[in-house]
Amino acid sequence: MDPRRAPRSVIDPKVRQVGFFTPGAPPDRAQSGPPEPSSSPPVSNMSPSGNSLSPVMIPPPRHASDSFVTSRPGHYPAIPLSPLRRPSGGESIPVGSYNASEFFPGTSPTTVASSYVSNKMVDGEFSEDVMPSSSPGWLRRSDSGRIVSSFPGGGFDLTAVKPSNFAASPLTTVSVVNMPPGLSEKAGGASVELQNERPASSKPLKQKTSKAERRALQESQRAAKAAANGTAEVNKATAAAAFGAVTSVNAKPAKSVKPPSQKKETASVVASEKKGGDRPPEKDRKKEVPHPRMQFDDKSRVEKAKRRAVVKQTEARNRVELFRHLPQYEHGTQLPDLESKFFQLDPMHPAVYKVGLQYLAGDISGGNARCIAMLQAFQEAIKDYSTPPEKALVRDLTARISSFVSFFSECRPLSISMGNAIRFLKSRIAKLPLTLSESEAKGILQSDIDRFISEKIILADKVIVRHAVTKIRDGDVLLTYGSSSAVEMILVHAHELGKQFRVVIVDSRPKLEGQLLLRRLVGKGISCSYTHINAVSYIMHEVTRVFLGASSVLSNGTVYSRVGTACVAMVAHAFRVPVLVCCEAYKFHERVQLDSICSNELGDPNVISKIRGRKDINYLDDWANSENLQLLNLIYDATPSDYVSMIITDYGMVPPTSVPVIVREYRREHLWI
Amino acid sequence: MPDTHTLVNEFVIKLKKRKIEGSQATARQTAELLRSVISQQRIPYTNQAGALIDAINAVGEQLISANHVELAVGNIVRRVLHIIREEDLSLATAAIAGLNLSGVSDDEDDDERDHPVLSAAAVAAAARSTLRPPSLQTLLEDMPDPAAVPQTSSSGGDSDGKSKSADKSSRSRKLKHDVIEAVNELIQDIATCHEQIAEQAVEHIHQNEVILTLGSSKTVMEFLCAAKEKKRSFRVFVAEGAPRYQGHVLAKELVARGLQTTLITDSAVFAMISRVNMVIVGAHAVMANGGVIAPVGLNMVALAAQRHAVPFVVLAGSHKLCPLYPHNPEVLLNELRSPSELLDFGEFSDCMDFGSATGSPLLHVVNPTFDYVPPKLVSLFITDTGGHNPSYMYRLIADYYSADDLVVQRRPASGN
Repeated sequence: MDPRRAPRSVIDPKVRQVGFFTPGAPPDRAQSGPPEPSSSPPVSNMSPSGNSLSPVMIPPPRHASDSFVTSRPGHYPAIPLSPLRRPSGGESIPVGSYNASEFFPGTSPTTVASSYVSNKMVDGEFSEDVMPSSSPGWLRRSDSGRIVSSFPGGGFDLTAVKPSNFAASPLTTVSVVNMPPGLSEKAGGASVELQNERPASSKPLKQKTSKAERRALQESQRAAKAAANGTAEVNKATAAAAFGAVTSVNAKPAKSVKPPSQKKETASVVASEKKGGDRPPEKDRKKEVPHPRMQFDDKSRVEKAKRRAVVKQTEARNRVELFRHLPQYEHGTQLPDLESKFFQLDPMHPAVYKVGLQYLAGDISGGNARCIAMLQAFQEAIKDYSTPPEKALVRDLTARISSFVSFFSECRPLSISMGNAIRFLKSRIAKLPLTLSESEAKGILQSDIDRFISEKIILADKVIVRHAVTKIRDGDVLLTYGSSSAVEMILVHAHELGKQFRVVIVDSRPKLEGQLLLRRLVGKGISCSYTHINAVSYIMHEVTRVFLGASSVLSNGTVYSRVGTACVAMVAHAFRVPVLVCCEAYKFHERVQLDSICSNELGDPNVISKIRGRKDINYLDDWANSENLQLLNLIYDATPSDYVSMIITDYGMVPPTSVPVIVREYRREHLWI
Repeated sequence: MPDTHTLVNEFVIKLKKRKIEGSQATARQTAELLRSVISQQRIPYTNQAGALIDAINAVGEQLISANHVELAVGNIVRRVLHIIREEDLSLATAAIAGLNLSGVSDDEDDDERDHPVLSAAAVAAAARSTLRPPSLQTLLEDMPDPAAVPQTSSSGGDSDGKSKSADKSSRSRKLKHDVIEAVNELIQDIATCHEQIAEQAVEHIHQNEVILTLGSSKTVMEFLCAAKEKKRSFRVFVAEGAPRYQGHVLAKELVARGLQTTLITDSAVFAMISRVNMVIVGAHAVMANGGVIAPVGLNMVALAAQRHAVPFVVLAGSHKLCPLYPHNPEVLLNELRSPSELLDFGEFSDCMDFGSATGSPLLHVVNPTFDYVPPKLVSLFITDTGGHNPSYMYRLIADYYSADDLVVQRRPASGN
């Protein structure tokens, strides 16, 4: 936030209104879903009446791009807004690589671009948006008298903006900007409209506000404080309500499609929101803050957890001091024990138990595979579930799922993708209408899980493949590291399309997953080179693209992935080779991470000392006896976002800086799926 | 000289078959071989140095072409050539001083005060005796008398000739003797450079330091152990260094000496380097521009170190200093090893077969031996003569090599 600009917005009461349309608010579940790969959104849907999200802005006659760039909030520095906007008369069409079709393939209503861009007219001239004074979205400071209202119902905010201004600036730009609501800097006077909200958006779902909204609320409050311009009284409720109007389109049935001229309407909406019960109470918001992960150097908590644990793991000896906070157990010791208990474990469903053992033994690995296995196990468990007497399904099933989850995480720490899937399932359970019968509820949950798997994982992969294949040209040399299912699909698909390219597979110990990938690709007739990670700077000379998979993408753009990915990306960066990370959006997470140490997973150290196929190297066979030696088997590392040229996700191809945007949008989407 | 011939041929074959690897081993054996070549070389009465240089050149050419990546061989050949020139020069100087020839000689340090006619530049050049640029005349006339090369002026050549004629019998034996002495010293140096480098360890490692290294180098091991013996306690992260996995050896050795050691995979280098204070690695060769030919993987480590502003320190004995400037070193100064170190032939033999239907195999396995680390990624070189910047390497190299020896080539017969 640039304080320097604050005064401007404050000083000038005249505000150029910029509208932003988010049509096609996902009204009903049937429509929600991951983008259909086959249907690319027609351009026409950019029109306000269209289905997909097309924020429409009325940019000022000039300085358009300036304002965009400068008005970015500091913490989302590189959201590429400017290319999106193209002034055009009346209707406008998204341009640039971040157009709707890429970001939101298909006319998926789930992708609501809630970017609200506001610009301000100062004395007929456009001035840049002012962050500090900006109260995001709908925060109105009535006493300031500047921006009084904004109209969620669409149309233009006529209270603050003189109609003549509009007339004077016929330019309209449609842009699909993935700006989260919190980003929308409202200069004191800017406001945002949502247009074309569907009436259908009135759903039970609206009762829930997503975390994104709440965060947006926080931000709005912060921003308001920052403004500190005498309008000290920020009416939180108002802000929240107003903001909610923006963020959750479906939250307010009342303000559905309305003609542009609806000031009174807004007022009433605001009023209703104020008293309306659908704002989250403060403590609720707190609850949403992600629980800090278990720190395993906290002795008392570890003890507590151990007592509950089903899997009795023994702590590994000779641990690396730096990683005390992560769990590390003797591998292979508990498996037989668990296997023998297979038929005795009471609370655990056999399907869950089986999957847990597979995690433990390493039979299932890879983010998608683990996630699908877990969801299917849950599905089984739900199918066989019956509510105990005197208990409510919602509560009891949630507790049951929680116990499954803790069992899984004892077997192997959960991946971020699994965490997201669990969160999804729990929110689905929590939102089950109480009136449903047990069998109906179970049916709904099972189909929800099915839909999650097919839409968030399988379809998402297909979309990613379609996007990524466009980046492969004839004669390319593509480098990939380890074995990523998404990358493999891309390569195979490109080969099927008849593209002529060569693949370099870089591999590393101890897992040597690349060999399996190599085997499969060579079997498909793709020409491959195989090397180990140390030779990556030797091979990088001839490489034209690097495709990497990811376990997760964190909201600061950090790519959390198989250890070694960062090395490959770094070398590629040094050699000026573009790095494309392929990751389904359900793996995105709002966490931030700067290094690979604070959060990671430790694998079995014994595999380090033995080298497969190299009997001659046995110097460390008895390493456990020496106290000074530790073997470290890291599983993941964090690739800084500046090494990543592009993240290919089911919402299109985005720069790493746009990840937080998708995270926010996506979080809300959970509610609608 | 059948003896030298067989010796040289044996050594060449060993080099070609990669029976001898590693810069220290090759350097030592090259020096020993050259010593025996010198001792068996018959010396003519005139121009003994020239004869020796020719003999070494002939042998050196064979050795260097036997294995182009073992730069230490070429380094030692050049060092020996340089030694011969130096010894010849000092003998000539002594002779001149002893004979006190008047008026003619203006070529040596000792005479400078007596002959102030010399230009300042010539004096400086002569005094340094190492940085002599090849004179234009040398280049044009192909210098029939190599012994005269070190001298800056043609008049020096005259005086040399005179002095030689003065006491040739004593000089001929003395030259050979001196050269062999000097080569012995060189061999000694190669053997002890570890210790000299290790002596500096305490100056660079402080208490509680966290050091990362990749693979194994004897120099690095000695360096770390020396610091440990001086009661410094620090931690070492050892990356195992695929495909040779020498890091396991190093880890074992360090643990035996009581150092806190953590063995990591190569892929975890980037993850761990943010917690490392210093990267200390060995080198295969140091080029004149300060670039390093190093075991594979080090470029990655150097890049990671640069990213996190971790000092990247290279330990190199002086026999690893190569007076050549690298051109495309990643490819030209590299060697591909057997795929069997990476892949099991049994599993993948069908894909690697050239006889398959398409004519060319679908699968290539790339297993390079070396990496090139450009000088900008290196923070410091520690050699047996102390610590140096990468930008200083060219100057250091001038101390050890004579500019005329950069191309080791048998002189055409007419030249002698």
